[in-house]
Amino acid sequence: MFHLWQGFSIGAVIIGALVIVLVLYAVLRFRRKGDNIPKQSQYHIPLELFYTVVPILIIFGLFAATLVVENKETANPKTNVTIDVNAFQWGWKFTYPGSNALVYGQTTQNPEMVMPVNTNVHINLTSSDVIHGFYVHAFNFSRYALPGVLNQFTIRAQSTGTYFGQCTQLCGLYHSLMWFRVKVVSPSAYSAWLTTFNNPAAAAAVKAANKTTAQQTSSVVPSKPATTKYGR
Amino acid sequence: MKVEAKVLLGLGVFFGIMCAVYWNWSLENAGGVMMFAAMLLCFLPGGYYYWWSRRMKARPEDDPQATQASGAGVVGAFPGTSIWPFTLGMGAFFVVLAMVFGLWFLVPGLGLVIWAMLGGTAEGRRGGKV
Amino acid sequence: MTDVLDPPVHVEFHDDGHDEHHGPSGILKWITTTDHKVIGLSYTVTAVIMLVIGGVFAEIIRAQLATPNGTLVSLAQYNELFTMHGSVMIYLFAGPFAFGALANIIVPIQIGAPDMAFPRLNALSYWLYLTGAITMLSGFFVAGGAANFGWVAYAPLSNSVNTPGAGADLWIGGLLLTGFSAIFTGVNLCATIFYLRAPGMTMFRMPIFTWNMLVTSILILLAFPVLTAGLVMLYCDRHFGTHIFSVAGGGVPVLWQHLFWFWGHPEVYILALPFFGMVTEIIAVFSRKPVFGYKGMVFATLSIAALSLGVWAHHMYTTGVVLLPFFAFMSLMIAVPTGIKIFNWIATMWRGEVWFSTAMLMAIGFLVTFLVGGLTGIYLASPPLDFFTHDTYFVVAHFHSVVMALVLAGMAGLYYWGPKITGYLLNERIGKFQFWFLFLGSQVFTFPLYILGLEGMPRRVALYSHDPQWKMLNDISTLGAILIGVSTILFVVNIIYSWKKYPAGDNPWDGHTLEWFTTSPPPHHNFYRLPQIRSERPTWDYNHPGHQAVGHGKQIEPAQPVEEVPVS
Repeated sequence: MFHLWQGFSIGAVIIGALVIVLVLYAVLRFRRKGDNIPKQSQYHIPLELFYTVVPILIIFGLFAATLVVENKETANPKTNVTIDVNAFQWGWKFTYPGSNALVYGQTTQNPEMVMPVNTNVHINLTSSDVIHGFYVHAFNFSRYALPGVLNQFTIRAQSTGTYFGQCTQLCGLYHSLMWFRVKVVSPSAYSAWLTTFNNPAAAAAVKAANKTTAQQTSSVVPSKPATTKYGR
Repeated sequence: MKVEAKVLLGLGVFFGIMCAVYWNWSLENAGGVMMFAAMLLCFLPGGYYYWWSRRMKARPEDDPQATQASGAGVVGAFPGTSIWPFTLGMGAFFVVLAMVFGLWFLVPGLGLVIWAMLGGTAEGRRGGKV
Repeated sequence: MTDVLDPPVHVEFHDDGHDEHHGPSGILKWITTTDHKVIGLSYTVTAVIMLVIGGVFAEIIRAQLATPNGTLVSLAQYNELFTMHGSVMIYLFAGPFAFGALANIIVPIQIGAPDMAFPRLNALSYWLYLTGAITMLSGFFVAGGAANFGWVAYAPLSNSVNTPGAGADLWIGGLLLTGFSAIFTGVNLCATIFYLRAPGMTMFRMPIFTWNMLVTSILILLAFPVLTAGLVMLYCDRHFGTHIFSVAGGGVPVLWQHLFWFWGHPEVYILALPFFGMVTEIIAVFSRKPVFGYKGMVFATLSIAALSLGVWAHHMYTTGVVLLPFFAFMSLMIAVPTGIKIFNWIATMWRGEVWFSTAMLMAIGFLVTFLVGGLTGIYLASPPLDFFTHDTYFVVAHFHSVVMALVLAGMAGLYYWGPKITGYLLNERIGKFQFWFLFLGSQVFTFPLYILGLEGMPRRVALYSHDPQWKMLNDISTLGAILIGVSTILFVVNIIYSWKKYPAGDNPWDGHTLEWFTTSPPPHHNFYRLPQIRSERPTWDYNHPGHQAVGHGKQIEPAQPVEEVPVS
């Protein structure tokens, strides 16, 4: 996807520089010197056709490149790891179906979503109230958490580390502080982390957090995805 | 009037094609309905102008060789000073405030609106102040 | 000049023996006026006041963002600030200025009409605008404050559960009033352009500004009713217990976005096309050449309008529920007619005699700034690139680039047509200072925001304490905002300094189009006399016979003697 950005940038810089050079040349070279009236050229069909057709071809190229990357980004390949991300006013809850793991935090508590590196991770994104934006800068990706809709996408992190994330869709008073982190670890560390939630103390904490979120959550979280017949 | 007709009909045809492609591909109803309505909105005056342009006498403003003398005579009715736009505007203002602060605002609001509609119509009929 | 003169022609306006010197005076005269020039001037003054109000909100926002953990305003107040900054700038300044201010004054004069087709409806449009502005801004004085859900008011944030309070309802009400104001202006402009052109002024001899206003009016009629309908639905959800946008009752929150953006995207072209038209005229006049590629410009304007109704969901790429390839293709395609316009502007200047009045400097500044904003828009048209720039400062930078370009074009229009409307020129030296502050300020303001967006700073946030390195970029951007503020002050200073100081005469710029044939300011019903109209430049043809436009390869029209005909 970086290549798409670079491709667009090369095109933009070339066209931008060309146009700015033309503008500067026009205003400097054809400055008014006296009172004579210049040739009143009003049209030149071949030239006009040229700068109609060439941009259309460039656009077709940009669109083709866009399609290739877009299909890759919106594909949902088979995965072994699934994380349910629930956004609410004003924090995040990460649950891991198939295990007891649950991470919950509000605003600056900055809850941390742990995921394994070099693995396809399937995310189920939901919202409990208003629209929120799930945005992780390091992943070059964001998606809305829409109430009543199950948004699904797949992420494959390529290096370990802790990356910051934030809500990007205005959601009310504490929108500025709806932070979270994503911690990408090795697959073995990930499995070990999952099992830490199996001991009784952790289970009790999860139960308490569940009760808190139950009070937060309204009945708008769907159990199955809303049918969307159009492309994602 | 032919150019006006072609502009509107052309836009309408474009919206129709865009609607057909979009609605069939996405099956998304809000956008489909809105584009369809946009097409109809262009076809309505565009069709009327097309029909009328084939039956009307040539107007001086459509004649590339017209002289200013050909436009002699009454150009139109241009009502001069009038209190009714202001009255109607204030009435609409109070009607909107009724939406926010309580239905009782509808009393002055609708009162001014109805008064302005009556007054403005009467003024139009008798010629008004120019 | 020719010595061929037709006998004087009596053109009547349904007049009832009207005597200009009687009738109301003072404030009653202003309240009852239906003269498009007075109404347009009222729009201009009100819109510039709205620009200053919106600008003050902007400076407070920049002050809050001066520190990562700023405490200048509370989180709640900050949400109100950016909501009202956007709302005032878009709904109360840019729109009315674009289609209510200069268009009201100039379009009838450019086509040789005595007034707009429906003068009383025109006046009503102004009063709806003024009351709509008062309604929206009075949100600051009610409990709970003004609207605080962003200028886009996404559901469910804007419903009565998440945003109770009168401020939101006043916002909705204000928009209903200004929306109808816009629709009535659209009707008026269409009717005027279709029915009130002077003899010989065929559609393809109209000035490009008038063409752009025609297309803008059609867009207004297509788009604004959708916004009005959406606002009524939102109001019903808030107060009448409907569930159009709430999941709990079987509604669809994203429907609001479809409705809003179906209006929202044509809206930005409703804002842009009038300014494109102004710049087209100014570049032609100050290059002493005709508009290059006139028919191409008309075609490009129509293409932009047509395409703009099919791209709305590029504001919704990250919802995950829109047909990405369709909107990506249509959004990328809008770059083509916009590019045609830019190349036509350059070709107009090419081999001309370019002279740099303030208006022309502003127009060239518009060209460069709009180029940058437009190019970054192409990035945003591509969904994969939008996924990580959406709702970040990259988008904020993109639309502020474009908007500052429109402000530059608006200033160009004011400097160019101000003398026609008021009869007095503005001081050119102060104007040039204003230009440099505005142009450089715009670049210094927007460029750091592009970088901030790519670094991950989201929009609509009051604090950024988890990455204090963003402070430096924010500070540079604030410097740019201050420069823009200084340019606004210089503008006001110029108006005060030049008040009634430099009489303009009929045609200070050697303008081409019909408005430069009449006096400055124009008389009641606009014209004492009209020239013969044989091209899109009737005044130029009258003043410079023998310098008709030529095309590549052949002469366009044989030279003809031009006559002037008195109008009474």
